Amino acid sequence: MENIVERMLSGDRRALARMVTLIENEVPAARRYLAELHHHAGRAHIVGVTGAPGAGKSTLVTHLVRELRRRDAKVGVVAIDPTSPFTGGAILGDRIRMMELSGDPQVFIRSMASRGNLGGLAASTRDVVRAMDAAGYNPIIIETVGTGQAEVEVMRTAQSVLVVSAPGMGDDIQAIKAGILEIADIFVVTKADKPGADQTLAELAMLLSLDSTRRLHDKSLPYWRIPVLKTAAIKDQGIPQVIDAMQQHYDYLVESGMLANRAQRQVRSEIQALVLHAVVNALKAKTTDDEWQKLVEDVTSRERDPYSVASELEERIGLRLPS
Amino acid sequence: MADTRPIRVLVAKPGLDGHDRGAKVIARALRDAGMEVIYTGIRQTPEMIVEAAIQEDVDAILMSILSGAHMALFPKVMELLKKDDVDDILVAAGGILPDEDIVAIKEMGIKGCFGPGTSMDEIIDFVRNNVQADRLKTEV
Repeated sequence: MENIVERMLSGDRRALARMVTLIENEVPAARRYLAELHHHAGRAHIVGVTGAPGAGKSTLVTHLVRELRRRDAKVGVVAIDPTSPFTGGAILGDRIRMMELSGDPQVFIRSMASRGNLGGLAASTRDVVRAMDAAGYNPIIIETVGTGQAEVEVMRTAQSVLVVSAPGMGDDIQAIKAGILEIADIFVVTKADKPGADQTLAELAMLLSLDSTRRLHDKSLPYWRIPVLKTAAIKDQGIPQVIDAMQQHYDYLVESGMLANRAQRQVRSEIQALVLHAVVNALKAKTTDDEWQKLVEDVTSRERDPYSVASELEERIGLRLPS
Repeated sequence: MADTRPIRVLVAKPGLDGHDRGAKVIARALRDAGMEVIYTGIRQTPEMIVEAAIQEDVDAILMSILSGAHMALFPKVMELLKKDDVDDILVAAGGILPDEDIVAIKEMGIKGCFGPGTSMDEIIDFVRNNVQADRLKTEV
């Protein structure tokens, strides 16, 4: 097990697969491995693909990977599907669409269950991407769970975000709301062979013409004109244009210094998340289920209030001095 | 931090038959039993199944086949698992498997065979009881 890092770095897919399992399950050794992998990562272009359920994310990713393989890239894919809030189980079905990619050892696809994380990713997605990056996959595509309007976590992990919309999923008011549409670096309208595709394109173009995006908030940022592209996977149309746009966005990030800028923001939020996670674990370690039961009952029966209970627990894990 | 993790299972349909209702019912039952189920869809080659099992680092592979091609496809899957040194993965099969083939199937290293009428609980228990326990530990 100790040389799993070396095996992984030398291209052993089983070692990478096992590493992902260790990371995903927060095995104590994983943190040490990740610390080592950090020094080998940082080469990959990390692309997030997000959008509503049924928008066509998996199909788009499949076609993007196929085109990337034509261009000789070694591609990583992390595909996230939701965990059942009731049983903890999950059906991870993104491979169904990616069937034609399976069997190609130059494409590493890993399905992840969200395991209760709410932002569209799994809690350990970033670390799994780091392992794939260290193993030499580039680019790495993250396919989020089918998202609503507010699952924007992918922007904190990916360098370029593709927001996928299908025709007929909403009117133009949807397009000016805050949230997922704001995080797009590239818009892709899928199923362009279907009626209504041109209207969706027009609505997105309208949104962009309002320019309610980042540039208005901060005029010092260099300008990236967000492209609105259309694809029809069933007719194999528009895919090379999306890959070209991804590459152009990456070049823009590098040349403008935004790549470093984003990386710094991401590192900051990552360290915060690690500390927060340690706090959650400390709390778990210093409390019991029975005790929680009692505390919850006390608060629901209004004998106690949640704030003083929280203060007491904060004290116990050393976050607050005894009052 | 839990000291075990969810069991990961690959549900695959090798061969050319297109009926996957049974495979989907099983996938759903395993999900409801708290497992993470990777469903590959229909028309999988042995190479696709084994590569997916490696990348997904699954604990078990359940193959469903109705077409009668099991004696051609199962040995190939088992051979590839051995070749890639991942034959610690639990393998079971379901679908239409004639009684006279069951002995041969089990001799290939396929530990469970489940035909029509098998209860979901039987399959769930089989997976829980036969996945190698040390795979699931999260304390190393």
